Amino acid sequence: MVQRTFEGEVLTEPVVVEREFETVDMNINIGPQHPATHGVFRMVLTVDGEIVKDAIPYIGYMHRGGEKLSENLDYRGALGYQDRTDYLAAFNSEWVYVNAVERLAGVEIPERAEYVRLILAEFNRLLSHFMFMGAFGTDVGYFGTAFTWTFKERERIQDLFEAVCGDRIMYNYFRVGGLAWDPHETFVEDSHWVLDQVETGIGDVDELMTDNEVFVARCRDVGVMSAEDAISFGVTGPMLRASGVPFDLRVDEPYSIYDRFHWEIPVGERGDVYDRYLVRLEEMRQSVTILRQALDQMPTSGPIMPERMPARLRPEPGEIYMRQENPRGEYGIYMVSDGTDQPWRVKMRSPCFHNLSSLKPQVIGSYLADAVVALGSIDIVLCEVDR
Amino acid sequence: MVLSEFAGVSMPDWIDALLRIVFIVALMTINAFALIYLERKILARLQARVGPTRTGPIGTLQSIADALKLVTKEDVRPITADRWAFELAPYMAFVPVFLVFVPIPFTETWFIRDLNLGLLYVFGVLGLNIVGVVMAAWGSDNKYALLGGVRAAAQAISYEIPMLLIIVAVVMVAAGRLAVDGDASLAGSINAIVGDQTTTPYILLQPLGFVIFMIGALAELHRPPFDMPIAESEVVGGYFVEYSGMRWGLFFLAEYTALFLMVMLASSIFLGGWNWPFGADVGLGLQIVLTLVKTSVMIVLVIGSRALFPRLRIDQLMAFSWKVLLPFAIVQVIANGIILAYGGADWIVGVVSFALLGALFGLIYHLMRQRKGEGARTVSTTPATPRVITAPDVTPVEAGGD
Repeated sequence: MVQRTFEGEVLTEPVVVEREFETVDMNINIGPQHPATHGVFRMVLTVDGEIVKDAIPYIGYMHRGGEKLSENLDYRGALGYQDRTDYLAAFNSEWVYVNAVERLAGVEIPERAEYVRLILAEFNRLLSHFMFMGAFGTDVGYFGTAFTWTFKERERIQDLFEAVCGDRIMYNYFRVGGLAWDPHETFVEDSHWVLDQVETGIGDVDELMTDNEVFVARCRDVGVMSAEDAISFGVTGPMLRASGVPFDLRVDEPYSIYDRFHWEIPVGERGDVYDRYLVRLEEMRQSVTILRQALDQMPTSGPIMPERMPARLRPEPGEIYMRQENPRGEYGIYMVSDGTDQPWRVKMRSPCFHNLSSLKPQVIGSYLADAVVALGSIDIVLCEVDR
Repeated sequence: MVLSEFAGVSMPDWIDALLRIVFIVALMTINAFALIYLERKILARLQARVGPTRTGPIGTLQSIADALKLVTKEDVRPITADRWAFELAPYMAFVPVFLVFVPIPFTETWFIRDLNLGLLYVFGVLGLNIVGVVMAAWGSDNKYALLGGVRAAAQAISYEIPMLLIIVAVVMVAAGRLAVDGDASLAGSINAIVGDQTTTPYILLQPLGFVIFMIGALAELHRPPFDMPIAESEVVGGYFVEYSGMRWGLFFLAEYTALFLMVMLASSIFLGGWNWPFGADVGLGLQIVLTLVKTSVMIVLVIGSRALFPRLRIDQLMAFSWKVLLPFAIVQVIANGIILAYGGADWIVGVVSFALLGALFGLIYHLMRQRKGEGARTVSTTPATPRVITAPDVTPVEAGGD
């Protein structure tokens, strides 16, 4: 059997197994249409019975050229494409983009808009992690129970978003400088109500999955990744923290108003799939803590856009790399302005692309079923990988 | 009450047997419909959904709509499929399950034939089921199907052995009890075993046997947590991935009939079937109600397990069978042999079996604790101390481009 290792040479060595008869390895196509791939990801596995001997991932089915499209629109027009990269965390992705443009153009944001942005982004993190819990539960083998339970809570958050901005997935609500419009009047009360429900929902997920013997048996010591490997692959987000690196951009490179709240960063020890699950579960609890503080501190009224905004944004020539902590990891926007009203270059650094690159060493030498679980634990959004 | 008497006419024995077979097949078809509806409703409730509501009153006609859809669907055969293996496989999976119903008693007198070696017959014929599955897997010419079929075969072999050993242990106890006031040679007959459980259901004498039997039954039925032959997220439905229409429907029918069969067997062997707790004199009506209540409760438990358990991995499943269940089954047989050979009382058998069951649960708990590691959560939290904001500044560059 192949030793699970990250040394490149060892992986490519032929596996010497004493055999009494000739056998042939089988190629299995997981995807692009397969229940386990969460989108259009394709993975060709070479299996010897149930053991995965090689894995070739293929991406690019969802490539729409979002970066180039953004370069051919003015700074505000490209906002809609941000929703469509990471569609499970659209607020977070929008936020990175507007923050990058604001820093580039030197726009000051009103305090209330900052709070609303943070609250919506943290709610979006909850929503995304709920989606992970459901999809991951299905990968591990729950017949829909995890999915429906988490979707119940996800629906509540989506209802809140719908009330705020009129859309459930592609919000397009943030603007350069602030927000499109004020949230509805009962925003704070609604948010508190949703938070109460969501906290119960997190407890439900915890009870359903965390201590389930079969769940533990399937997740423990599967897809192990050391901290060194995680860093060298460029892995960020919950996967990196599960490997034991307490790196969270909200703390390590604080943006917005995250320095006003008190919360904790969950960190795993073993770097396996179970730790990734636990880190995400704890992150949801921490998000609730942040949200409660933010809702209490939020100014009840005030402007949501700066008083004076130029009709056309023409930032001074310059470049910026703005990065923030998305639910899946470091989402970055690199933007170069040449003084016109269109960016000269927009580069999106998507966390899933890098996280997904660490999949291959995790699955080689493991069982076919483990490959599916390891893939699920990455929490991929293919739109974001392919952009 | 023999069926010929029940119908009020006398008829030759073979016609009587045929009628009973037709009755069982019809009953099982209706049963499959009912179980599909029940499963969808129970699962829906456990999953915070409502299940089918649109077809008929509270969705009761959903199974019939499903069946109509299956019957009218095109029967697709992949061009590279092995024609005979592909087309015969559903029947090979379907017929043995129905054949097994021959010695199963619904009441004291309602069975097709009371076979002397009924238990041996049941497991002998049920084992043929897997031939159909492997034929389907091989005949489909599909890699997912092949993996699923091989998994199913491996699983069936591993779990039938502890189940059979447990049946041996039960037959030993039954023979000892039947020898007192009956014919010990009847101990292989299911009806005789049920008849012996007027006061003591065998679950009290062989609790370990009941648990191992139910685990094995879940594995035989490809029910979670042992559903890797049909795992959706791994092998996309497994051995029937290429089947459509009524051929797939036959697999489905076989699956639900097997579910009913397994709980019927468990309730007959361990829960006293039609007999316990009211005895043989309560009449046909109450006996059949008793049978149905016992089977229904167990069916609900089996269905509920589908909502609550994820799926084990194939090597974990095999290891659990060969390294945990099989040794315990062997120890149970040896223990029964020693106790009964030295004329030990029944309650000693029961106590020993309970002790073994406790040891089994203890072992499983210990193994799981070991796997999970010290302390349930290995995640520690570090307080997020705010640091100096180092916002990325705009660095002026020589703007390139057009």
